[in-house]
Amino acid sequence: MTKKRALLTGVHFVSGDIACAEGAIAAGCKFFAGYPITPATEIAEHLAERMPEFGRIYIQMEDEIASITAVIGASYAGLKAMTATSGPGFSLMQENIGLAVMTETPCVIVDIMRGGPSTGQPTLPGQQDVMQAKWGSHGDYGIIALAPSSVQEMFDLTIEAFNLSEAYRVPTFLMGDEIVAHMWEKVVIPSVSQLRIVNRKKPHVEPDKYEPFMPEDDLVPSMACFGEGYRFHATGLTHDEYGYPKTQSSEAQSILVKRLCEKISKNADKIIKVEEVMLDDADVVVVAYGIVARSALNAVRRARETGIKAGLLRLITLWPFPEKHVARAAKQAKAIIVPEMNCGQMVREVERAAKETPVRFLSKLGEDPHTPTEILEAIRRGI
Amino acid sequence: MVQEIVHPLSKYLRSAMMPHIWCPGCGNGIILNSFVQALDELQRDIDKLVVVSGIGCIGRTAGYVNADSFHTTHGRPIAFATGVKLANPELEVVVISGDGDLFAIGGNHFIHAARRNVGIKVICANNFNYGMTGGQQGPTTPLEASTTTTPYGNIEHPFNLVHLAAASGATYVARWTTLHVRRLTQSIKRMLQKEGFCFIDVISPCPEIFGRYNKMPSGLEMMEWFKKASVVENFSDPSKAEITPDKIVVGEFVDAEKVSYERLLHEKIAQINEKWMER
Repeated sequence: MTKKRALLTGVHFVSGDIACAEGAIAAGCKFFAGYPITPATEIAEHLAERMPEFGRIYIQMEDEIASITAVIGASYAGLKAMTATSGPGFSLMQENIGLAVMTETPCVIVDIMRGGPSTGQPTLPGQQDVMQAKWGSHGDYGIIALAPSSVQEMFDLTIEAFNLSEAYRVPTFLMGDEIVAHMWEKVVIPSVSQLRIVNRKKPHVEPDKYEPFMPEDDLVPSMACFGEGYRFHATGLTHDEYGYPKTQSSEAQSILVKRLCEKISKNADKIIKVEEVMLDDADVVVVAYGIVARSALNAVRRARETGIKAGLLRLITLWPFPEKHVARAAKQAKAIIVPEMNCGQMVREVERAAKETPVRFLSKLGEDPHTPTEILEAIRRGI
Repeated sequence: MVQEIVHPLSKYLRSAMMPHIWCPGCGNGIILNSFVQALDELQRDIDKLVVVSGIGCIGRTAGYVNADSFHTTHGRPIAFATGVKLANPELEVVVISGDGDLFAIGGNHFIHAARRNVGIKVICANNFNYGMTGGQQGPTTPLEASTTTTPYGNIEHPFNLVHLAAASGATYVARWTTLHVRRLTQSIKRMLQKEGFCFIDVISPCPEIFGRYNKMPSGLEMMEWFKKASVVENFSDPSKAEITPDKIVVGEFVDAEKVSYERLLHEKIAQINEKWMER
């Protein structure tokens, strides 16, 4: 008697989209709502097959606005929930990403970036949504965004995205790109005991004492869910610790919005992950993320072979921005190279953190990311 | 000895949220009253109730009911409620929102939730205009009506909400005005006992804004219109359920049995797992 398993421990050869879907399953995602869009559709297709196999919910909604909003509803009903999309759908979701921020809803949004603006180049890669991830919804807030560089990371960082969203009660983005999503590579799925799974904090007070938006020491409130007897209210309006609207109070606005920013910024050291390669003595540092970081790694190694002290700072966390890591690398470097598949987005953050160290930007648009040779040329020019 | 008089239904309301924001003569309080009356008569477990509202005057209802409640972005309460209902089908999920929220910006979610037959219950406070923003034309504004954005008279055809709901697949469809308090309460009770997507269109007075612009500047005058024009035509053709200055067709229009989306979903999941167990 066999039963399908939620965790396919072992070695697999799959696409990034499938790895992401399996990562969601491994993380305990019990609700997926989405809408077809290239190049993220395979995540939905895979989950449509896999989720019902162990009693979890898959639904295709009428659009991306409905998808993210249903995800927020499912999360408030107590389930870990996710949606997956690409640029156009990510744009449609922005208002309700703000709702998820304001109501402190744990949820994961996968954005497989393609060429924009507008319909752009649906089947080609891009890194053009990384600033939208930070600033896409109106108002001020903190969010978390991760950038996978491999199919393995499409699996690993999907789990990490769930863990962070649950820990900080914040929508968390997995900012993949068309190449890592459609590329097939080896993925190692660990055993249950090797997985680290984080669940949201539950209230430890009686329902009549519960304040749904009262932060604890880490600035994150505990979270009751619908049907548990707490009878709480949540709203997209500015609210107090009880969740009651405070639309005329400057004080309530200041307390709430500052906390929404600070629960991410003050926990940034715990959230941020980077990969540092040969940075100790690096004269030239390449700061890259996503698929581009793989070309950058090759370029850095080739530079070392020719005697150039090059290093790579790979941003695994895009937001909150790893500015301390960039500042540290910039302190000793003579130049920083930032290759991106856009017209210059994360490079602005790198420039801010690098202070006086000159930063060179390498833009690439369309089908292919930067070749290692292109980045190597920039490294040579940098010294 | 002076005894404090407590309204028998006040236990269903969040006293901390009072007073409410609604204008004198507004119908929203009547709708809220009918809703909690229906809950009381059915003796529903309030811990298993979720009230969801969108944006607009009636959007504050979610906060006023002392249950788990959520106040969404504009137009999205049905999408949110769909997520809640599928995630936990044991919950009674009720959407109480307005005509602009549910049928202009949120129209897509309404027709698709009805088509899927998700077991959520939707009550629309239909006051023919956007009250909270000061009285603009909306998807149910009658032809020739005056609003702040149709100063020369409305030239857009309004939605017939009961026809739209019936055509989209709702299993229960009714329309009442806020004058029909007992019938409205009975309809809400009926709806709460049904499986699948249910809808009640409640014609509600907005005397402070819509009324002022249309020669009915008090709640009483708007209620007099409802009284004069309303005709009960139960189970008549919803496509002919007109709303004109002379006639407002009210009643129950659809009361059908259809398996809900969430039941089909969980039956499907059970089938899939049985198949796997057999292998």
